[in-house]
Amino acid sequence: MALINPKKREVQVKIVYYGPGRGGKTTNLEYINRKFKKRILSEMVTVKTYGDRTLFFDFLPFDMGEIKGHSIKIQLYTVPGQVKYNATRRLVLRGVDGIVFVADSMDLRREMNIRSLQNLKENLESFNKNMLNLPLVMQYNKRDLSEEGIPILPVETLQKDLNSHLKAPYFPASAVSGENVTATMKKIIALTVSSLRKKLE
Amino acid sequence: MDFTIDFTKEQIEAIENVLEEELIELGVQSIILMDLAGNVIVNLDSGETNHDVFSLAALAAGNYGAVSAMANIIGEQEFSLLFHKGEEESIHFSKVVEDLLLLTIFNKNVSLGFLRLKVAEAIKRIQLLV
Repeated sequence: MALINPKKREVQVKIVYYGPGRGGKTTNLEYINRKFKKRILSEMVTVKTYGDRTLFFDFLPFDMGEIKGHSIKIQLYTVPGQVKYNATRRLVLRGVDGIVFVADSMDLRREMNIRSLQNLKENLESFNKNMLNLPLVMQYNKRDLSEEGIPILPVETLQKDLNSHLKAPYFPASAVSGENVTATMKKIIALTVSSLRKKLE
Repeated sequence: MDFTIDFTKEQIEAIENVLEEELIELGVQSIILMDLAGNVIVNLDSGETNHDVFSLAALAAGNYGAVSAMANIIGEQEFSLLFHKGEEESIHFSKVVEDLLLLTIFNKNVSLGFLRLKVAEAIKRIQLLV
């Protein structure tokens, strides 16, 4: 649930990029940070380990104009994807308003995507949240790898594995080149903010 | 449990008054009242600083969670008070109620002992308002 400050007429919205390790969550945020540099007032915060993996989270705040007289502050987070960091993932999910699930299109990662989505479902349940009721966007990342001859899963397979039940909006994407990164972000913001509209009236 | 408190305008103003009286007057530079999801509820400062409070709150929520996990390992429920000392500036964290944290940023001119006393006083007053 987003935090609404009636005095400042300000809403803080928390959007979390979730998914298996090395799937491109941080790369998504880095691209957004570069592309929208002018609109982002503060530095992106990252807490990383040696291997350049996200240890804690990445955090990117920016302002997104006004809705019904309230200024909207979007806060983008990523979670550490590695299986062993589940405690941190749960911590970051606290108070989440919308989720982008970044799946890895590589053939080899099929099982990891499925496991990570299951882990998301369980973690949300521990906060009494149901994934079906939460704004969610699927991103099938690393589509660019096929050009390098690396086998990737067809979008239909990813849809069947991850999205047959959820039926969330989805985007094939490449976080490295930026393809559909902005589209993914705009979609999750639109979904999340529209779920808040009623509360702001 | 995932619980964010809804505040009214009047509540926020009353909390701001308490923080102003107890802490800004003491010489504290910046105060953030936040929830454990990392949302900033109230932010006051003395006008001398310009910290990125949203990033601070996000990291503070993570830090608090990490330290709570440490507490669990040694058999404590949580550490309700944390203090980070810097050369010039220091940060003091204190739990207000379930899900609410008070972050105080202050410099060498404020004594830690006095600050802790004042924070405790402020928290008592805020607890009556939320």
